[in-house]
Amino acid sequence: MMQEHKETERIIFKPVFKIIILILISFVVLGALAIMLYGPKETQVALEEGSPEAIENGIHLRTGLIDAPDLQAVITNCTTCHSSQLIIQNRMGEEQWNATIRWMQKTQGLWPLGDNQKVIVDYLVKNYPPLKKGRRPALTNIEWYNLDE
Amino acid sequence: MKRRSFVTKSSLAGLSSVLGIDIVYGALMPSGYTPLAYQDVNPFTLFKKDEAMVVLNDRPWNMEAQAHLLNDPVTPNKYMFIRNNGLIPETIDEKTWTLTINGESVKAYKTYTLQDLKTKFKHYTYQLTLECGGNGRSEFDPPAKGNQWTIGAVSCANWTGIRLKDLLTDVGLKDDAVYIGYHAADQHLSKNPNKEPISRGVPIAKAMQDETLIAFAMNGEPIPKVHGFPLRLVCGGWPASTSGKWLTGISVRNKVHDGEKMGGSSYRVPCETVAPGETVTDDQMCIIESMPVKSLITYPKSGALLTEGKMLKINGHAWAGELQVAKMEYSIDFGSSWNTANLDTPTNRLAWQSFSARVSFPKKGYYEIWARATDENGTKQPMVLPGWNPKGYLNNACHRIAVKVV
Repeated sequence: MMQEHKETERIIFKPVFKIIILILISFVVLGALAIMLYGPKETQVALEEGSPEAIENGIHLRTGLIDAPDLQAVITNCTTCHSSQLIIQNRMGEEQWNATIRWMQKTQGLWPLGDNQKVIVDYLVKNYPPLKKGRRPALTNIEWYNLDE
Repeated sequence: MKRRSFVTKSSLAGLSSVLGIDIVYGALMPSGYTPLAYQDVNPFTLFKKDEAMVVLNDRPWNMEAQAHLLNDPVTPNKYMFIRNNGLIPETIDEKTWTLTINGESVKAYKTYTLQDLKTKFKHYTYQLTLECGGNGRSEFDPPAKGNQWTIGAVSCANWTGIRLKDLLTDVGLKDDAVYIGYHAADQHLSKNPNKEPISRGVPIAKAMQDETLIAFAMNGEPIPKVHGFPLRLVCGGWPASTSGKWLTGISVRNKVHDGEKMGGSSYRVPCETVAPGETVTDDQMCIIESMPVKSLITYPKSGALLTEGKMLKINGHAWAGELQVAKMEYSIDFGSSWNTANLDTPTNRLAWQSFSARVSFPKKGYYEIWARATDENGTKQPMVLPGWNPKGYLNNACHRIAVKVV
């Protein structure tokens, strides 16, 4: 009796599972379609070699900044007022980058960055961390040449 | 065949939905501002600089020399460093240019045309050392933010103009004058017309020195635009930021001038020395006055390969802010022993002094020639970095070049 009852249940529920699975699959497909159609507009743009927006050897040519996640947020927020060179030359830790942002907001007219502050600081700390220089670094990048006097 | 590279480019709208960027970019971008990449500017031709000069920043423009470029006794324009806090004035009209002297401590405000200044007062020419307060910043550890100057933010050109003291005497000062502050025509980076990019100054005693000039010529020519045409305040021996370019006004103050970049950590160092990296509050910071003793080996260029047995002629310049350099030494053994170099007297007070020496090497090998100047008070340049400060000013550590005897 009990066993018979279970059999009937199985027969009744099987198509229901199929429908649920179908619905779930269609959700995934529709979701993917929706992201493709209405999601962030990512387009492959063909750039001539040497185009300022191109990335070469991991460097964004126009700004010289390291190509890494959130580069665009840095370009947008940081290079409107000053040169990217100011970023590249300055190597700092998280606290100092945040202090620099606060200083720019207090004195230089930088807008509130909202959630982007963390995004930007993470990019900077990861790509432009401080180097240990000590009290006097060794002479490097010496270009040797013959001196005839 | 032309190679093409592909990058993923996001539209601004797409970007904002991904990152949540507040789209203030468009609204705050100054009108008429062309992104740097599209300005198509060659700073070397624009400013008539040698191509071996090093660009540190293009907005605002900052450029420094390399040691071997500074070999001339009098620095020509092509090797003179560029330091800007703001944007160079776009249009400058000599005919309508005026200089206004105001402030709490003048008896009455007075405005002069360029013609007035050039005709009513006696002209003087001095060779004056101008060094950026942050020259050498790149070596500090922990690092200090700002343009990472190495050694090339120093120059010593001939400046011609009138004495500031003659002008201030003509205006008439009250007894309570303690400081002067300059105002200029450069624009703040934000292009906000109500903000001055920089407005610094000097105590009245420095303002009244013979060598403190309101200059209209550099090396016998009108001052190049990037260096302050048509009028520049020149305070030799002090941080070059006190030598205001594109001068339009001078305020004679009854207190320490409180213009832009006079407070906070700008051109100020801890009044009491601190450990590297320590936080220093604003009230513990003191304004930099005279620059410290320093020197540069300007010949030969670092990296010379020299045949064994040959003597090497070296030369360079030494300066000490308000003071004179009393002694110049060099070492080829990392300071184990020092030899005295020939040292010239300065052309005038506040001009750098040239030095020279003939160096011999005991045997083949890698050498560094270190140069060390001593000022008239007996203070020497340190071989390692001097006291750390939050903005990385006043690095006067010994300069050195590499030489190999082969």
